[in-house]
Amino acid sequence: MAVLSKRVISVERENCVACGTCIKECPRNAVSVYKGCYAVVDLQLCVGCGKCAKMCPTGCMETAERGA
Amino acid sequence: MKTKKKWYDYLWIWSILFFTLGFFNILFAWLGMIDFLLPVFLAVFGGNKFFCNKLCGRGQLFQMLGAKYHCSRNKPTPSFIYSKWFRYGFLIFFLAMFANMVYQTYLVAAEAAGLREAIKLLWTFSIPFGWTYTAGSVPDWIAQYSFGFYSLMLTSLLIGLVFMVLYKPRSWCAFCPMGTMTQGICKLRQKIKND
Ligand code: SF4
Ligand code: SF4
Ligand code: SF4
Repeated sequence: MAVLSKRVISVERENCVACGTCIKECPRNAVSVYKGCYAVVDLQLCVGCGKCAKMCPTGCMETAERGA
Repeated sequence: MKTKKKWYDYLWIWSILFFTLGFFNILFAWLGMIDFLLPVFLAVFGGNKFFCNKLCGRGQLFQMLGAKYHCSRNKPTPSFIYSKWFRYGFLIFFLAMFANMVYQTYLVAAEAAGLREAIKLLWTFSIPFGWTYTAGSVPDWIAQYSFGFYSLMLTSLLIGLVFMVLYKPRSWCAFCPMGTMTQGICKLRQKIKND
């Protein structure tokens, strides 16, 4: 079992426009868009680097403590 | 483990090619219908945003210019832009403009109006574009639709570029009518399924 990062991304679904900008940014392939509705992050893969959040046009992604 | 580039990661070339082709021959504007119909088709029948997420050349272009080539201030998009009322309001406005364009095409087809060899930017500024079309090579309405559709595509590109520079590279995606429409369709599908 790999060591998990301290921080991960959380998505505020209400504001997500499902554009997929985050998918293209993520170096770990951790993001997908659930049935065209909103982005979901695979917390096993996410390392909390924040690259997706930096590019998200609606600012609906935030880094947070894992498990918080 | 940076993922390998797929063929569709190069579709930003298509979004440049589209405007270049149209600049020499306006009839190529019809090809832009792919960017109109495919996303809707995928949303209605596939229930996904595969188009936005993987295929959209415009999104890729903005992301590339904005991030890789630093053409964006990278500031947060103003929140009202991605509010529901603005997004759906803009979608309705866009569809109304599209309907008007179809109506203009109809008028030309019905010979109630003459062909205007010009494009209109931001639904306001008319720019002569006559060199892109040899009169009489196709029925007038086909040419009229080309000018109209090219105008729509160029107008939305310009708005997108301004938003790219001012805010996030892909701020346009926050209120892009195609994006709003396809997400709306997908959400509706989910709702119907869950009810
Ligand atoms: S970039 Fe932001 S708005 Fe776009 S799909 Fe990802 S989380 Fe949603
Ligand atoms: S924080 Fe980094 S690893 Fe996690 S989803 Fe975003 S881009 Fe991927
Ligand atoms: S929201 Fe519009 S510009 Fe952005 S990826 Fe989707 S179709 Fe392309």
